[in-house]
Amino acid sequence: MSKRIDVKDLNVYYGDFLAVEDVTINIEAKSVTAFIGPSGCGKSTFLRTLNRMHEVLPGARVEGEVLLDGDNLYGPGVDPVTVRSQIGMVFQRPNPFPTMSIRDNVLAGVKLNNKKISKGEADVLVERSLKGANLWNEVKDRLEKPGSGLSGGQQQRLCIARAIAVEPQVILMDEPCSALDPISTLAIEDLINELKDQYTVVIVTHNMQQAARVSDRTAFFNIAGTGKPGKLIEVGDTHTIFSNPTQKATEDYVSGRFG
Amino acid sequence: MTSTLTPVRSKRSALTKGQLPKYAPYVVLAGALIVGAAILALLGFNAFGWGIVSALLFAIGLVSWSAAVEGSRKAKDKLATCLVVGSFLVALLPLVSVIWTVLVNGVPGLLTPGFLSTSMNGVTGVYDNKAVEEGAPVVGGIYHALLGTVQITLLATLISVPVGLLTAIYLVEYGNDGRLARAITFFVDVMTGIPSIVAGLFAAAFFFAIVGPGTKTGAVAAVALSVLMIPVVVRSSEEMLKIVPNELREAAYALGVRKWRTILKVVIPTAISGIASGVTLAIARVIGETAPILVTAGFATSINSNVFGGWMASLPTFIYTQILNPTSPANPDPSSQRAWGAALVLIILVMILNLAARLIARVFAPKTGR
Repeated sequence: MSKRIDVKDLNVYYGDFLAVEDVTINIEAKSVTAFIGPSGCGKSTFLRTLNRMHEVLPGARVEGEVLLDGDNLYGPGVDPVTVRSQIGMVFQRPNPFPTMSIRDNVLAGVKLNNKKISKGEADVLVERSLKGANLWNEVKDRLEKPGSGLSGGQQQRLCIARAIAVEPQVILMDEPCSALDPISTLAIEDLINELKDQYTVVIVTHNMQQAARVSDRTAFFNIAGTGKPGKLIEVGDTHTIFSNPTQKATEDYVSGRFG
Repeated sequence: MTSTLTPVRSKRSALTKGQLPKYAPYVVLAGALIVGAAILALLGFNAFGWGIVSALLFAIGLVSWSAAVEGSRKAKDKLATCLVVGSFLVALLPLVSVIWTVLVNGVPGLLTPGFLSTSMNGVTGVYDNKAVEEGAPVVGGIYHALLGTVQITLLATLISVPVGLLTAIYLVEYGNDGRLARAITFFVDVMTGIPSIVAGLFAAAFFFAIVGPGTKTGAVAAVALSVLMIPVVVRSSEEMLKIVPNELREAAYALGVRKWRTILKVVIPTAISGIASGVTLAIARVIGETAPILVTAGFATSINSNVFGGWMASLPTFIYTQILNPTSPANPDPSSQRAWGAALVLIILVMILNLAARLIARVFAPKTGR
């Protein structure tokens, strides 16, 4: 239940503005890949192209190929909705649906698509997803309460439960801990470690320690200056990137000399 | 070692020095009322003038006292407070006056037996003359008008809500601020400014052209009212849809939910409380329209429960005709009593709708809590 992603010569545009230039990267299945880099270097933009969320913004478009186990996401006739049901996403700010209960939030992917599901199956799915997101013990007695009543860290884990309930191949996380306190961050990081047994996980983070803690492979993005496109500088094993990078810019960044 | 600190003698805190006492405004108010009454007694007393003179004296007195004791900053603050409260009272005056007048004049009409349950069918000047000259009860009621108002407004709502809501959805979710979306926004703004009589004439002319000359039914009036309602519904729904956070749409897209389902199941439920109360306020806005109904539904004295056939009465046109053409020209008092009663019912309806809007907003609002 996980697939690899291969990106070939990808250029990402906002209208005429080239935001990310010429990215080629292989993302292994059942592993955690972290994207690091200074603000505005296009990490999040690039992440959003991996499940075609980029094109939701007006004028945004992409050139190049993104292959999910060999199938091009941007091939002719590919429905972005199909892509997104296979590649889930967790956002920077926790965003549970305010009109739904905790239970309905977990079932959102099923219910919003009007798929028929029996109550027994739904109960199993809710329990499995919430246990998968390490949230079950905290909310099992109040599944009918609104999701917006949870704390920020719990809401973020609820969003992860919601993402894994649709059983995706890949989970993309866009700075999932940037709005959370250290305890909740630890809970999410533990969760990411467990998730990689089943899913391919891609995480964008500003926090280099976090990248070093959770990821197997790390990709460093950089930008030459404002108005210039972001570029992928280097990608490799996390250990190599942090201890013995080949590029000077990477070494400067991970050692804290800039950024 | 003993403490050398002696407690500060607390007579009056140094921090509250130079402040007016709490009772200052009341003292000034009492003084202003007394002096105002004295001045007015010299000029010839009337309550309205007394109020204005007292208010001016109060403002001058409080501000100058404050300037003397507290300094210029506090005095300016008091002046601003006086201006704000004063403007509020001036704005409130017409409202209170209208409600009071309608209550005083309308209650006798409303309490007449059968006022809400009978129509004006068969009520002639003879009965009104008898009521005035012999003290017989005033007969006739507003049942037909109430029924007409409810039916016409309901039909207008049924027409405007789908059109208005779908327009708002197009503008917010699909328009992308393109040329068509901007054109629609412009014309919606233009529609907001259309005088209601023009909307009535449009509906009348439209039905004359497609059904036949002289077509006057409740449905024509409903079309006229919906011309007035649609821009209000579009505007309020658009604002409500716009404040739904984009993150919720993205969350749904990321779960592999199609756009139209996202709109139907996430965006609209999140905004429904605002949309519903906006619609209710739009209804309250058009329920009192007179001119467009006069030219499209005419006025009837008997009960007509078919919106698609025959002339139909409504509360505003009922009031208009009762005042302008009293049932008994010799004794217009019973007619004017009925008109005031109908006005009271109309105001009560509008108030109920406003309360309903608040209730709807609260019931549908996204739940919070643990």
